[in-house]
Amino acid sequence: MSTAPHIEVRDLTMAYGDFVVQRDLSFTVNSGDIFVIMGGNGCGKTTLMRHLIGLQRPARGEVFYHGQDFWNAAPEERDRMKRRLGILFQGGALWSSLTIAENVALPLGEYTALPADKINEVVSFKLALVGLAGFEEFYPAELSGGMRKRAGIARAMALDPEILVIDEPSSGLDPLTARRLDDLIMELRNSLGTTIVVITHDIASILTIGNNSIFLDTERHTMIATGNPRTALEHGAPNVRWFLSRGEVRA
Amino acid sequence: MNPPAAAESRPAWRLATRRVSDQELEVTLSGRWCLSEQLPPVHELEKAFFEGLTTLRVVATELGEWDTGLPAFFAGVVKMGAERGFSVEQQGLPEGVQRLITMAFAVPEQAVAGRRARPAGLLDRVGTATLEFVRTAPEMIRFLGEITLSFGRLLTGRARFRLNDLWVEIEEVGPRALGIVSVISFLVGLILAYLGADQLKMVGAQIFIADLVAIGMVREVGALMTGIIIAGRTGAAFAAQLGTMQVNEEMDAFRTLGISQIDFLVLPRMLALMLMVPLLTLYASFVGMLAGLLVSATIFDIGMFEYYTETLRALTLNHFFVGLSKGTVYGAMVAFSGCLRGIQCGRNAEAVGRAATSAVVTGILLITITASFMTIIYYRLGI
Repeated sequence: MSTAPHIEVRDLTMAYGDFVVQRDLSFTVNSGDIFVIMGGNGCGKTTLMRHLIGLQRPARGEVFYHGQDFWNAAPEERDRMKRRLGILFQGGALWSSLTIAENVALPLGEYTALPADKINEVVSFKLALVGLAGFEEFYPAELSGGMRKRAGIARAMALDPEILVIDEPSSGLDPLTARRLDDLIMELRNSLGTTIVVITHDIASILTIGNNSIFLDTERHTMIATGNPRTALEHGAPNVRWFLSRGEVRA
Repeated sequence: MNPPAAAESRPAWRLATRRVSDQELEVTLSGRWCLSEQLPPVHELEKAFFEGLTTLRVVATELGEWDTGLPAFFAGVVKMGAERGFSVEQQGLPEGVQRLITMAFAVPEQAVAGRRARPAGLLDRVGTATLEFVRTAPEMIRFLGEITLSFGRLLTGRARFRLNDLWVEIEEVGPRALGIVSVISFLVGLILAYLGADQLKMVGAQIFIADLVAIGMVREVGALMTGIIIAGRTGAAFAAQLGTMQVNEEMDAFRTLGISQIDFLVLPRMLALMLMVPLLTLYASFVGMLAGLLVSATIFDIGMFEYYTETLRALTLNHFFVGLSKGTVYGAMVAFSGCLRGIQCGRNAEAVGRAATSAVVTGILLITITASFMTIIYYRLGI
């Protein structure tokens, strides 16, 4: 696994008007990392994701991809950079007027030169990877919440993105499916070298797949860099250990 | 088989087939197998198939860069093998590809019959639409019944809703609609005045523009235009609000708590429209008459005072009664169709859109039908 910095965040401050969500965030995600963003409810994890993927402009600070400034790039250049990201939104965010297969096929149709039957083949494969083989013709409304989430992941990885940003992959999934998803995330990293940024509360998942992480502190509105979550559980800052041990290690 | 031209500069994908024996076909994959290339679909292989094929061997020893385009291809070969009864072997396929394929086949494919048969014939569609109508028509009547019961509860003081909601709705449907109602009524008043001027000129009775505009606006057009504006503005909003609540399971939350959605959601909206639309109708009529006055005075040389006294002479209380009663009924129709479509809404974004559209269409349809009936009834009654 290479350790070149893939995403670099410098002095990022996120705010809604006057309300500062988090200030002075600085961290690096290396190529091939499975990087976990942790923190209590309302600490700004999803907001941080929105800053990383170009949906919300930072109040202050920069985000770099492979050393290239994301927010100060020209809009077309930023669009190009965004295309290298695959994103799973919290609720799946599938387009409800399209079938599951059409959802996954849309980015492939827009940004590759693949012929239609090849696209179908790739779509079927990606749906099979998330355990949804045979559900191609279903509409999102006809699927359960967990299935929608998995279909969302299939769409996020449609273009084999360099970076996969996943917001709460395991919420709403049964433990076995969640485990399979963890395996898939690791496999994508191992075989395709995808860099993965995960927002999650699932401690088991954090400790299994994460090799680097930050913890966003709700009270102090800033981050605690923690590195490998397994090390953080043993030797990290008291807040982080408290969080990772589900309140069993006293802060 | 080779990729399309213009890929000369980089080592693009290459696919070669060789018949090894009477049973075995060898498929060699090499070069760059990435989604950014124009990768071949798996059925391209069919050209090389032959009678008696039992084994297909995929050789990938000279592979370059790859992404999921490669495992997708290989998974396709495996599936094809299962369908046509030949076994698939591989040689030199990267471990990552093998692991991804194992993952893809870990959950067996869901067999779903008949999903693909979507396009239906004309007869089929007419039949489906008819059945749908037969299914939903009683729903409409039930909804009407529930609203009636709810009004009963309101009159006996047993209906549960928050007064605050009523005020919010009243503000939303009344004062905030003044702008659009003003513009449209003014223009409609102007049109009526021109229409009257043109016809009455022939008999030299242009002063009767005042009668035409006043009676027209107060009795019919004020209420009709307001009803249609409100159907588009508020009826659609009601359907979208209630529909989104349906999507977010808010309706289910009411249902499980045993709180009547009709009392809590429909009643305040219904009351708000039944109170506000007659007032808007009155306002629209005055704006329309004002437009008539301005047009007559400036274009057709009718004195302002003359026009004013003619208007007063033409208008009787009956006309106001007709206009206001129509306004009230139209308001009820718009609230009815908006809330009905909202509550019937499905559970996705598309359904919310359909609910809003359908609310406007139903609203305008109901307004037009009741308008015709009321006009005939009032004519018979001599009001």
